[in-house]
Amino acid sequence: MPIKIKNLSSIYSAGTSFEVRALDGISLDIGEGEFIGIIGPTGSGKSTLVQHFNGLIRPTQGEVLVDGRDLADKTTDLRAVRQRVGLIFQYPEHQLFEETVFADVAFGPKNQGVSVAELRERVHEALALVGLDPDAIVDRSPFELSGGQMRRVAIAGVLAMRPTVLVLDEPTAGLDPKGRDELLAQLKELHSKSGMTVILVSHSMEDIARVATRLIVLAGGQVIADGTPRAVFAQAKMLTEVGLGVPQVTELMLALRERGYNVPDVALTVEEACAIILGLSLRGEQQ
Amino acid sequence: MSAIIRMEGVYFSYSSEADSNPQQTQALQGVSLSIEPGEFVAIVGRNGSGKSTLAKQINAILTPTSGEVWVDGISTKDEDSVFAIRQVAGMVFQNPDNQIVATIVEEDVAFGPENLGVQPSEIRQRVDEALQLVRMSEYALHPPHLLSGGQKQRVAIAGVLAMHPKILILDESTAMLDPIGRKEVMETALRLNRERGMTVVLITHHMDEAVLAERVIVLDRGRVVLDGSNREVFKQVGRLRELGLDVPQVTSLAELLCEQGLSLPSDILTVAEMVEQLCQSK
Repeated sequence: MPIKIKNLSSIYSAGTSFEVRALDGISLDIGEGEFIGIIGPTGSGKSTLVQHFNGLIRPTQGEVLVDGRDLADKTTDLRAVRQRVGLIFQYPEHQLFEETVFADVAFGPKNQGVSVAELRERVHEALALVGLDPDAIVDRSPFELSGGQMRRVAIAGVLAMRPTVLVLDEPTAGLDPKGRDELLAQLKELHSKSGMTVILVSHSMEDIARVATRLIVLAGGQVIADGTPRAVFAQAKMLTEVGLGVPQVTELMLALRERGYNVPDVALTVEEACAIILGLSLRGEQQ
Repeated sequence: MSAIIRMEGVYFSYSSEADSNPQQTQALQGVSLSIEPGEFVAIVGRNGSGKSTLAKQINAILTPTSGEVWVDGISTKDEDSVFAIRQVAGMVFQNPDNQIVATIVEEDVAFGPENLGVQPSEIRQRVDEALQLVRMSEYALHPPHLLSGGQKQRVAIAGVLAMHPKILILDESTAMLDPIGRKEVMETALRLNRERGMTVVLITHHMDEAVLAERVIVLDRGRVVLDGSNREVFKQVGRLRELGLDVPQVTSLAELLCEQGLSLPSDILTVAEMVEQLCQSK
């Protein structure tokens, strides 16, 4: 079990009048090779939770175990944990700083003490994983790339450390539709090829419905739903109440049901919705 | 009626010196367009297409390398008119945390008019009115950092409204918000446009927001490549995909259904329209 969380709470400004309970008794098991989507309204505790996954925030109440290592234990080697769990923040391209793409992607593994010979292999592998042509890009300055390319270089910098768990906080924010689709497709491929555990935090219900195999919904610092995207999006009313939503095609299914059509209450993709509607018109069904 | 925003042959380059690769730094390459008072215009385009550069020309944060921009009849070339232009065209940016300056919501909203030298009694009135317009009156005395993202962006919009602008520019103002926050900001912009006749220029990557604008302008490599009503633009699904964009899920669904032989119009933009069409086709 890569990550196990037991009864985790996190309080900011404890003991003051500004006390905020960001996480409130969360328990989660994250298994190897899962593709998890985390959704929740602003202030629901998503970012606080993911920062516990690699010990950026140490648990003060409850337990976080990464590969069996207890992150509350002061003797736990956090470097080893951070090598296992790669965390990619919002707008990671703001953290690019080296003169060349190669140097930037190599920065992490170099600090881990990876040999020069292996560095080249790691950098090329990581760039290929995010869909960039290593030979064409390694010598360029990261700052002359497009927004989408910069973001992929930043993600490659984390992949070069060969983590087994990859956590991405809003990786598609600010990307155009094509850049967004490409990045999601690459994450999906990366997940199926490498068997890596991927955890994606997103505000886009459409994106999450397309890629995740499990969905965790946070609100008010608690897990309020945890299941397959189909099971979670079936709770449209609850999701809307906490400030989230459902994919547009699920919205369409609900609107059709209201008009008396016998359709499922969830559709995750446009293709699925198409098949459902064609099925309807073939049968000419209306109740 | 005369245009409230007019651009003629606008070129803009981020690099002033002779660059080895001018193609890369030419953010705008001959943009001409005009926007009438009271229009709600969405500007879309892939990353690097020049959307934000274009938006920044409207309130003179950037001025053309060549060509000219007039805002409410004033040329942005005229350096003495910068403040007059910014009072006419107010801009809200992407990150709410980067544009809130005060520790109390109503003080933040008052910041703009205070700097314009507006009388205190009138500031009070403008702040109250602006907060009411964005439905944030009950938060007037709250500290902004405890608000949600959507609420912070509405406070930022109120700050702009308190300057009594004629144009509201939203530069990817919903990009960092959760679904309800996005909805709140969009509803606020639509209401200001309908009820107050505010000219709105919306820069966005979310096509489900762009379809709500009556007019959509598509930029690519610094040029206007499509300009028309939301329906005219969004029915060109193939062309939009070529330009690195997409369409809302229901529009995409309509396309798939047509390919499968169902007879549906190609310009379905919302869930409600799709439901109507499907019910009619029975």
